[in-house]
Amino acid sequence: MQIIMNTLTFLAIEIKNLYFSYGAEQILTNVNCKISVGSYVGIVGHNGSGKSTLLKLILGILKPNKGTVSIFGEDIAKKIEWNKIGYVSQKAGIATSHIPITVEEVIKMERVTNQAVDEALTSVDMLDTKHKLLRELSGGQQQRVFIARALVKKPQLLILDEPTVGVDVKTQNTFYNLLSRLNIEQKITLLLVSHDLHTISHKVKTVIQLDRKAYPYNMTTCSVNHIHETNATNN
Amino acid sequence: MRAFWAGLIVAVIAPLIGSFLVVRKLSLIADTLSHVALTGVAIGLLVGVNPLFATIICTITTAYIIEELRSNERISSESVLAMILPGGLAMALILISIANGFNTSLMAYLFGSITAVTQQDVWIIFGLGIGIVTIFLIFYREFMYTSFDEESARTSGIPVKIINHIFMILIALTVSVAMKVVGALLIGALMVIPVISAMQIVKGFKKSIFVSVIIAFISVVTGLIVSYYANLPAGATIVMTSISLFALISLLKKV
Repeated sequence: MQIIMNTLTFLAIEIKNLYFSYGAEQILTNVNCKISVGSYVGIVGHNGSGKSTLLKLILGILKPNKGTVSIFGEDIAKKIEWNKIGYVSQKAGIATSHIPITVEEVIKMERVTNQAVDEALTSVDMLDTKHKLLRELSGGQQQRVFIARALVKKPQLLILDEPTVGVDVKTQNTFYNLLSRLNIEQKITLLLVSHDLHTISHKVKTVIQLDRKAYPYNMTTCSVNHIHETNATNN
Repeated sequence: MRAFWAGLIVAVIAPLIGSFLVVRKLSLIADTLSHVALTGVAIGLLVGVNPLFATIICTITTAYIIEELRSNERISSESVLAMILPGGLAMALILISIANGFNTSLMAYLFGSITAVTQQDVWIIFGLGIGIVTIFLIFYREFMYTSFDEESARTSGIPVKIINHIFMILIALTVSVAMKVVGALLIGALMVIPVISAMQIVKGFKKSIFVSVIIAFISVVTGLIVSYYANLPAGATIVMTSISLFALISLLKKV
């Protein structure tokens, strides 16, 4: 199965013939996918569908049994240009509730200047929280701080893993508006992983749905039947 | 005076490393390695070499094994520590029985002793202390990122596995260095309690590290003075001073 989204433009991510298993349990089989630069893509699927596994394979955290992943034309098995990739992990804020770390210190985990910190926080409308403790912020504000940290190195690709878990609906809308703005204004390629098909389908431009139950004996694939362009706007 | 200088060095390095132990919620690693350190002491006393060198080898080896098991995720961190902590103590007791029982030297390593610190110890502790602080400063950003968010740290280009191994080695060295002053059974407390105290009152992670060093400094100096004049175990007195400061800070914060 193959998904091609606008092959006439440059590719941000290209996945070819990807296979992965945890021991005897096959998770991903013959996944092929091309995501062009400037895309705004959501990968959705229920728990156990392989979306987090696919994400870890894209980031090089896991190594595939077979197949390749390329980011901006570079095979990640040979080289990953981390300065082009921003990542917001699902676990970003878990360790921080008992630690008095400031927003500025979170951003400065990346090796950046003070000016770059200010620019990144401004881009997510969080400059006024620079000297506040992270734990004093709401869940949605914390997520914006982590996005700022991912943005501070001016990536071309931003990957977010379940970015709205634990966040209320109103804050989710604000959050997705921010992502749309980043995609349109800064031309950043966005890749979101989420279990919430309903919400994601109204926010992103393209949805890739992974559903093992649809293909019980194999394969979690990027099925053409489950790819659809959305009518998401900046609401 | 020798114990005083050794204590000051320990007061600096223990909370530096302890800060990241608290972030990672791995405070028990220090206790685990301190129990393994007893095995190193026993080996050193048995074969007649400086126990500090044997301790360093034992703790660094164990630190490497702990990190390998932890990073493979097949066994949880808690389970790994739950195996190694009693294992280290058990091995030490077996070796001690082979060496025909406890003696004054071993008790000094267990609970700390002012009189047991030799001039050679001071120089070794000083050298190792300089090394630990230097590595800490060089890799501060990497330690911070991997401690707070390992996945994101990886995507920043940080070699997470290597950094974690380096950090584990620093823990092992800190435990080995501090053992004679504070004692193997109590070194974990000195690494963690000043950090927790500082985090009650300070805004900012870097500032909390600085304040935790000051609190550890006060604990060590006060503890050594009180233990000297009251003829009490040095390590226990230092730790009780540290706990008292935590209680005082907590009370003042409520007021």
